[in-house]
Amino acid sequence: MKFVAVIRQVPDGESRLKVQGGRVDLSGATLILDQMDEYAVEEALRLKEKHGGEAVVVGFGPERTEEAIRTALAMGMDRGVHVVYEGYADPVTAAEALAPVLREEAPSLILTGGQQADWDSQALGGALAEALGVPVVAWTTVLELEGATAKAKHDLDEGAEWVRVPLPAVFTTQQGLNEPRYPTLPGIMKAKKKEIKKVAFAGNPRVEILEEGIQEKARLGKVLDGKDPVQAAEELVRLLHEEAKVI
Amino acid sequence: MVLVVLDHDGSKLRKASLEALTRARQLAEALGEKVAGVLLAEGPAPVEEARGYVEVLYVAELGPYTAEKWAAALLEAAKGGAKAIVAPSSRQSRTYLGRVAYALKAGLLEDTLESAAEGGMVHATRYAYLNRVTQRQRAPLPVVLTVKANTTPLAEPLGTQGEVVPLAVPPVPTVEILERVQEERKGVSLAEANVVVTGGRGMGSPEAFKGVEELAALLGGAVGATRAVVDAGWRPYAEQVGQTGKTVQPSLYIALGVSGAVQHLAGMNKSKFIVAVNKDPEAPIFKHADYGIVGDVHQVLPALIQAVKRLKD
Repeated sequence: MKFVAVIRQVPDGESRLKVQGGRVDLSGATLILDQMDEYAVEEALRLKEKHGGEAVVVGFGPERTEEAIRTALAMGMDRGVHVVYEGYADPVTAAEALAPVLREEAPSLILTGGQQADWDSQALGGALAEALGVPVVAWTTVLELEGATAKAKHDLDEGAEWVRVPLPAVFTTQQGLNEPRYPTLPGIMKAKKKEIKKVAFAGNPRVEILEEGIQEKARLGKVLDGKDPVQAAEELVRLLHEEAKVI
Repeated sequence: MVLVVLDHDGSKLRKASLEALTRARQLAEALGEKVAGVLLAEGPAPVEEARGYVEVLYVAELGPYTAEKWAAALLEAAKGGAKAIVAPSSRQSRTYLGRVAYALKAGLLEDTLESAAEGGMVHATRYAYLNRVTQRQRAPLPVVLTVKANTTPLAEPLGTQGEVVPLAVPPVPTVEILERVQEERKGVSLAEANVVVTGGRGMGSPEAFKGVEELAALLGGAVGATRAVVDAGWRPYAEQVGQTGKTVQPSLYIALGVSGAVQHLAGMNKSKFIVAVNKDPEAPIFKHADYGIVGDVHQVLPALIQAVKRLKD
C-alpha cells in the first residue's frame, strides 16, 4: 500500500512575526514542518510499519519547503515530492496544484493536517478529496486499516463518530491521533540521500491577499496581588462589573 | 442568487445562522441578487422558522452528516447559478465547503470577520497565523464564504413565508457512519458562549473543575480546558480551547491555572476581556490579560464564586 502525507512549512507559533509593506515578512521567523501535518507524517509511517508498502511525503510551497520535506524524510518517510509554488495559495488552488501528483502516486490514503498554522485554513482536506473524487474524514483521532477500507474515529463540531470509509480517501489529522517521533541522527543522515522530486506549478490563486497586519489587542494588564484572595476576588469582580462591564 | 446555509439543532436555527443570513443579505444587496436559504437536515428541521427569513428555502433531508452529502446537496442548490454561498463557520462547514469550492472553482474565504461585495469582487477580513494576524482578502465571483461566530448582527425575519423547494440530491459515495459518540453538554456551547471559564493544569485535579463549572454557570458561560488538561483525561476533548481545539471569542475569558502557551493563546487571544488567575507572576498568560490575580487558584476561585454571588444578589 502507499501512504501519502501532504505537508507545508510554516512559521513556528512561538516565533515573532513582523509585517513589511502590509504583508507578513517571514525572513526572521523560525520555519518548521506544520505541527498538524506532523501528525499526518507520523500516521503514514505507522501505517507503513504495520501494513508494509511505501510512505511518501508531498510538500507544497516555496523552495524553502524542502527543509520541511527533509524533516519528514528524517522521520522515516521513503521519498518526497515537492510541488514548488511561491506565495499565498487558497485551498482550491493548492488542491489543483497537488491533484496531478496525487493522481499519479495513487496512494490508498492521503493524510494532511486539520488546520494550517500560517493561513489558518481548514479546507485543504476537503478540496483535495473533491479534486480526487474520494471521501474525506476530517479531524481524525483514530485510524485503522481493514483491507480495502479504513475505520476511523473523528471529531464533529459536537461530539465524535466512528466511520468506515472505502479507500482511497483523504484524512485530516490532529492532536490525539498519535505522538510524532523526532528525527534521529541516522534518520537525518539518511534523509540527505533520499529523493525529492520537484514539480513546478504555475496556477493563479483565486483568493488574493491585499493586506496583513499584526493587530494584537492592547491589554490592560491590571494584575492584583492574591495574598488576600477574598479581597482580590472582590476587587476583580468590581472591575469586571464597573470598568469592563462584562458581568 | 446568494445561497445561505442555515445551521440548526433539529428544532431551531442556530444564532450563527442568523449572522450568516445578515452577511448573505449584505452581499445579495450589493450584487443585486436574491437570497435563498439551504436547510440541510438529518431528520427534523425548523422549516417553518427558516422560511420566515428567505424568499426561497431549499430543504434536503440527508440522514447523518457527511461532508460528501452536504457538499452534494449544496452543489445541487447552487445549480441555478449561485454567485456566493455563505455559511456559519464550523469545522464541518470548513470541510464540506472545501469540496464545494473546489467543485465550483470558487474562491474560498474562511472564517471571515467582515465581508463586502465591490466591483465584481468579494472582500473579506479574517485572522491568520494562529489568530495573530488580520488579513484582508478578495476573490472574484463565485465565492464561498464562512462567517466567524459572534462577528455579525443577527438577521430579522422578513415577515413573509418563503417558498419551500425540496432538493433532490443524487446519492454520493461517502463514509459509512458506525457509531455516534455524543458530547455531554451542560449549559451553553463553547463556540457561542459570551463567557468562557477555562481551567488549566494549575487546577491540579479533575475534582477542582467543580469550581470552574460553578463559576461558568453563575456567569451564564461555558467551561473550557487546556490541552494539558484534556491530555490528562480530566476533561473531554470537546472543551479544549486552542490551536488543536476550539477557537473562542467571548466578551469575557477567564483562565484559571493556565500558563498561556502559544497554542492555547491561538484559541482565545481575540476575546474582548481576558482574566488570568495563576500563582506564577511570570506566567505568559499575564502578558495577554486585562485583569489578573497572582494567587493560589484553590483559594481565589471559591472567593470569586462568592463575590459573583454577592454581586448578583
